[in-house]
Amino acid sequence: MKATREAIPAVLIELAQRGADIVALDADLAKSTGLDKFAALYPDRFFDCGVAEQNMIGTANGLAAAGKTAFVGGFTVFTVGRAWDQLRNVTCYANLNVKICSSHAGISVGEDGATHQTFEDIALLRMLPTMKILVPADYWQAAEMLRAAAALEGPVFIRIGRPKVPFVYDESYRFELGQAEVLRPGEDVTLVACGITVKMALDAAEALAEDGISAEVINAATIKPLDEDTIIASAAKTGHVVTAEEHSVIGGLGGAVAEVLGENLPTPLRRVGLADRYGKSAPYEELFAFFGITADEIAAAAREML
Amino acid sequence: MMAATKDLSRGDLKRYLEERALTLRRHCLEMIGRAKSGHPGGSLSAADIVAVLYFHHMRQDPKNPRDPDRDRFVLSKGHAAPVLYAALAENGYFPLQDLQGLRQLDSRLEGHPDMNKVSGVDITSGSLGQGLSAANGMALAGRIDGRDYRVYVLIGDGESQEGMIWEAAMFGAHHKLDRVTAFVDYNNLQIDGHVSDIVEVQPLKDKWRAFGWHVLEVDGHDVIAIEDALKEADMMHGKPTVILARTVKCKGVSFMENKADWHGKAPNDDELRQALAELSCVPEVGA
Repeated sequence: MKATREAIPAVLIELAQRGADIVALDADLAKSTGLDKFAALYPDRFFDCGVAEQNMIGTANGLAAAGKTAFVGGFTVFTVGRAWDQLRNVTCYANLNVKICSSHAGISVGEDGATHQTFEDIALLRMLPTMKILVPADYWQAAEMLRAAAALEGPVFIRIGRPKVPFVYDESYRFELGQAEVLRPGEDVTLVACGITVKMALDAAEALAEDGISAEVINAATIKPLDEDTIIASAAKTGHVVTAEEHSVIGGLGGAVAEVLGENLPTPLRRVGLADRYGKSAPYEELFAFFGITADEIAAAAREML
Repeated sequence: MMAATKDLSRGDLKRYLEERALTLRRHCLEMIGRAKSGHPGGSLSAADIVAVLYFHHMRQDPKNPRDPDRDRFVLSKGHAAPVLYAALAENGYFPLQDLQGLRQLDSRLEGHPDMNKVSGVDITSGSLGQGLSAANGMALAGRIDGRDYRVYVLIGDGESQEGMIWEAAMFGAHHKLDRVTAFVDYNNLQIDGHVSDIVEVQPLKDKWRAFGWHVLEVDGHDVIAIEDALKEADMMHGKPTVILARTVKCKGVSFMENKADWHGKAPNDDELRQALAELSCVPEVGA
């Protein structure tokens, strides 16, 4: 178990050591993102903007316009939500090298509750034409995504979370932008997940197998650009699709998959996620059970369709 | 500083820059009149500031618009795009003829500046409040790279109602960004009326001082006063400078001056003719 956010300082320090022309910014949350560790080694390349997210993105825009690759931290609800206009009207419109590696995305934030959780960040950013959206399932995938973000041209959002999560991959994992990964082949139903729900989908597939149902599990780690071919091919094979995410069922992975299938291959679909409602305070495992984002719910959604 | 103007006497420099500002004003009105859309008010009020920067003060090379050592200009009040486009075209960043395409489908001259479309535009702007942060970021990048370029940013007075301006003001002073010089185009008019009637931004001088900035006040239509203020700003160490420039909205056209209605309205053909006639007395440069 390791939190995806632990990859932030590890990879940024690695990139700086390799001579990458990067800077990092935070908004009084460097201890949460781990950027304090980067700051300790590269004090001239780290800027704590204080509790001022709009200025953080605005400053990152200027740094990027002057040639730097700017990684920005903070909590996702504020970095993406409060500074959305700065991201829309400058970062993305001008296709600047601003990489959002904020932490505490999703409802796995837990106890801090609805104001600090996100269920809309993917939706908010999916609409922005130059943005790329990556959702890591574990530490190793997060690390690879951070490396990829540094190499990519233009804005990237990596949806990083607070809690320690189980490993899906190991150190040898290599990320490829826009490639959905079939983690488990199956014939009867397709389970498309991203982030923390990937492990849930794998567990659901295991449970379904005990009932003689063969589930294909896809990690749609790149939400944008979405790997439409892999999803359509799997849907064509199984004829049933369940999506799972710690995000609203509107506008996130489920929304994206529904758009792709609706236009290309109408397929029965169930979306597991937050049902158009705010989160709440509780330990995050209890929240997932409360909101129905669990392996059991994913398996139940699959069974309903078959 | 531009090689062509550095040896001019103050009198000749004054005449030269006033002529350049007049030319910018004429371009702005022609562009906006042709497009039947645009923002004459803030373009004309900022024409003298932009003229001093682009025809004398800034280090730039139109043949190498991405020169990493160039001075930067951030038009935070992006709706004054016409005056920036006119200054860039007159400097040779792109053909003067392109100005005719303002706001048209087949043109690169968007209603608000796009750094990826227009040569010489240092950052995309249009959503108010963001330019000072971007200028700070550019200055930080210069500091990291050991480059000595300066960053100039033009903020509107109405724009100063944006909270982000003050986030950036705090940040710039905290980081002692003495290579940043901000102008406030203080014409006391915004779309809905007088700034002082909508939401008062005064006392601006005290506010910027309290935020840790070196504050200068000038007549924003006195090109020599603007240049002198810029020189003083260039000498400052450890503090960014803000130049509060008292201006007149739509400066130069009698029937448009000081009227909020001309913030975002294009002159019709008759109005354009009359305005251009008023702006036609171009004093020739003293050789």
